[in-house]
Amino acid sequence: MSIVTVQLGQCGNQIGYEVFNAICNDFHSTHGLCSKKENESYQEACKERFFSEEKTGVPVARAVLVDMEPKVISQTLSIAARSGHWRYDHQSHFCQKQGSGNNWANGYSVHGPRYRDVIMNLVQKEAEKCDRLSGFFTVMSMAGGTGSGMGAFVTQCLRDAFPTSFILNQVIWPYGTGEVIVQNYNSVLTLSHLYQSADALLVHENDAIHKICAQLMNIKKISFRDVNQVIAHQLGSVFQPTYSSEGASQYSRSPLGDLMESLVPHPEFKMLGLRNIPQMSENSLTYSTFTWPGLIKHLRQMLIANAKMEEGIDWQVRPPLPGHPVPPKASPNKALHFNTSIANLVVLRGKDVQSVDLGGFRDPALYTSWLNPQEAFKIWKTPRAFNKYEKSASLVSNSQFLLKLMDNIVGKAWNMFASKAYVHQYTKFGIEEEDFLDCFTTLEQAQTGVGPFVPLKMSY
Amino acid sequence: MTQSVVVQVGQCGNQIGCRFWDLALREHAAVNKKGIYDEALSSFFRNVDTRNGGGDADIHKGKIFSLKARALLIDMEEGVVNEILQGPLRDVFDSKQLITDVSGSGNNWAVGHKLYGYQYREHIVEKLRRTAEHCDCLQCFFVIHSMGGGTGSGLGTFVLNVLEDEFPEVYRFVTSVYPSGEDDVITSPYNSVLAMKELNEHADCVLPIENESLFSIVSKIHQMTSSGKLGSTVKQNSLLTSSAGSIKTEQEKPFDAMNNIVANLLLNLTRLDQMFSDAFSKDHQLIQADPKHSLYLACALLVRGNVQVSDLRRNIERLKPSLHFVSWNQEGWKTGLCSVPPVGHSHSLLALANNTCVKPTFTELKDRFMKLYKKKAHLHHYLRVDGMEQSCFSEAISSLSDLIEEYNQLDATKSAPGTYPSRLKIAM
Repeated sequence: MSIVTVQLGQCGNQIGYEVFNAICNDFHSTHGLCSKKENESYQEACKERFFSEEKTGVPVARAVLVDMEPKVISQTLSIAARSGHWRYDHQSHFCQKQGSGNNWANGYSVHGPRYRDVIMNLVQKEAEKCDRLSGFFTVMSMAGGTGSGMGAFVTQCLRDAFPTSFILNQVIWPYGTGEVIVQNYNSVLTLSHLYQSADALLVHENDAIHKICAQLMNIKKISFRDVNQVIAHQLGSVFQPTYSSEGASQYSRSPLGDLMESLVPHPEFKMLGLRNIPQMSENSLTYSTFTWPGLIKHLRQMLIANAKMEEGIDWQVRPPLPGHPVPPKASPNKALHFNTSIANLVVLRGKDVQSVDLGGFRDPALYTSWLNPQEAFKIWKTPRAFNKYEKSASLVSNSQFLLKLMDNIVGKAWNMFASKAYVHQYTKFGIEEEDFLDCFTTLEQAQTGVGPFVPLKMSY
Repeated sequence: MTQSVVVQVGQCGNQIGCRFWDLALREHAAVNKKGIYDEALSSFFRNVDTRNGGGDADIHKGKIFSLKARALLIDMEEGVVNEILQGPLRDVFDSKQLITDVSGSGNNWAVGHKLYGYQYREHIVEKLRRTAEHCDCLQCFFVIHSMGGGTGSGLGTFVLNVLEDEFPEVYRFVTSVYPSGEDDVITSPYNSVLAMKELNEHADCVLPIENESLFSIVSKIHQMTSSGKLGSTVKQNSLLTSSAGSIKTEQEKPFDAMNNIVANLLLNLTRLDQMFSDAFSKDHQLIQADPKHSLYLACALLVRGNVQVSDLRRNIERLKPSLHFVSWNQEGWKTGLCSVPPVGHSHSLLALANNTCVKPTFTELKDRFMKLYKKKAHLHHYLRVDGMEQSCFSEAISSLSDLIEEYNQLDATKSAPGTYPSRLKIAM
């Protein structure tokens, strides 16, 4: 089954390109460390999932590129074509001239409806190229105007036009110190809308990826390209083919469905975080060896201590003792440090995956009392190594700390909204103060929710 | 890609504008080796085939034939515009883009605004429409003028009104040169205050510039580099060129009145991080102001050249603790990266700040105005112009006072601890 990717806005298109590039590189990798038969199976599944066949033999990415400015799309199309290994369908894009001015309302209320038909036609065409459609993967940032505003609108359109397909939104969380003045408004508006139309949101934070580039990849002058390549690697490590159940003889046909099924048991909690280990520069890779127990131990601690990478993990954080559920009021500090999960998915790739012991992830203490660990924890694996990493483990989790991240942004946005700053820029395009209030309400509800988490103490 | 149109009014406006076009051409020449008319060029230039005489049609793709500036040159004296038309840039402008007269405005805002405004309105509208029609997607007007004289100040702000009436959807960015304290035009305070009211009401964004600041920057540069190739006018052009790339600066204006932006351009004469530090120091501002000790409403950093996102983030984090941002916009940064460096440099930084440090400029202006106004000095020169009344003066000074008061209120919040509004409570 195939996934159609919709790349929205500057960020979405730049990342989308890196994702297809990473997938294609992995496809051609000669370091698969598995049998020829296995490798061929993998390549077959990968191709069906992400590329369509062309007469010329060059695989064509199953993607639609959308932006309100022409510059990035035109660069993206040409860099891909130059690679010789894959390309985009040059008919599958839509752009305009003026951009959205970092204004969510402009993207959502003006550009969205205006270009809806053209864009949905392109999506329909891509969908029809698939023998069977697994669902959609959208890539967008939250801080700008097109990816965020138009992205939210397009997601709604996808939901309306394809009610039975899965929709996964990859959202990029902006730098905390500010890269777009109204990023908090744009983020709040985006999240509240996506909450209603998407099946799940996969979150990547610029700050976290930036740190990975600085500390793990040892890059001195980090460019957006570096950041995007790390994100692409992480996404590839989840979405490249795997066997999603024990004893399966075929690569899973329905990655998005499997993902949703295991990780999103409740519609109120659909934000997912992604962690990948190990992550390092290509130079260091040749000199490093890893053991599975080591990797898994780190990955588990990264989860419960909410670390985004394998350096600087707080090993003091421990899950609460069995029989002593986290007390809501008694020790607020402990509650905030330990990251409770609703569900987790571990993806293992490479050497000796069959022998990996994942008992640590089945510990009920990691999870809410909702689901029992058999239901809350899933494993996907393949012996085929990914992207030159002899062993690679990824963790996709539906856990508490993303809510805290969201709380942070909601707080800042609310603060700005209280003084009505910049609101006139949005009302100009049809987003009124009531609309803002609705969005704040949706997200506050998601915070307090009916869920099993300890209520987060909101303080400044 | 979108287009912008430059409207240069008066002597000062045209002199600056001329240097801008010169720099713009040099910038493009440095990167556009194949002579192809591309999207970047089209943002400020049309491509016209002048060989066939009759046609004035634009050529949208392919080789460059003849570049024509998307500009309107307005002056009520002929001297400056004639000089431009006889100089090396004569082919960049054509006669259809000019509006001139002979006698000038006598350093009188009323003459510029009321007399010439009324007289030339039709012309102005017609020529603006023409330039707009040649644009695929017009995004912004850049008006360049001075505040202290008669034409730039009076007619320039009249044109601003016209722009708002005729093209309400197109942004209006104004670069205004403010008179210094020792200005030799006695009535410059009148002209400036009268013009300020117009800017307040009709401009989307104002970049104020003071000659004193330019002089001190230039002398600093002369000290640092022995060659005098960087003249004061280069700063202004670069400012304009750089701000031309920043089409997203709408965020710089949270409240309608707070549209005065302190601009600060740093060329690479120093190390990268030093460049960032300098951008916030009072010695490098284009007006006499100290942003570090005042309150920021928002700040944009636009870098050109070999500067990456990590350089930006690192410097923002480094400088942030020493800067005061308004409580509801603690992370009020807009960042932009352009990989093409400016001509002759490896990198540059443009910092645009919406900061209360503009207030002293305005209060001084108000004081100078009041000195004259109290004695009714020279008032008759203005009031004898048709359409000009005493109320124009009182409204203008009142508008300025209100503006100063708004900045005062903001400044007052600087020392007060931030009281954060309580969040929405969800009933369970």
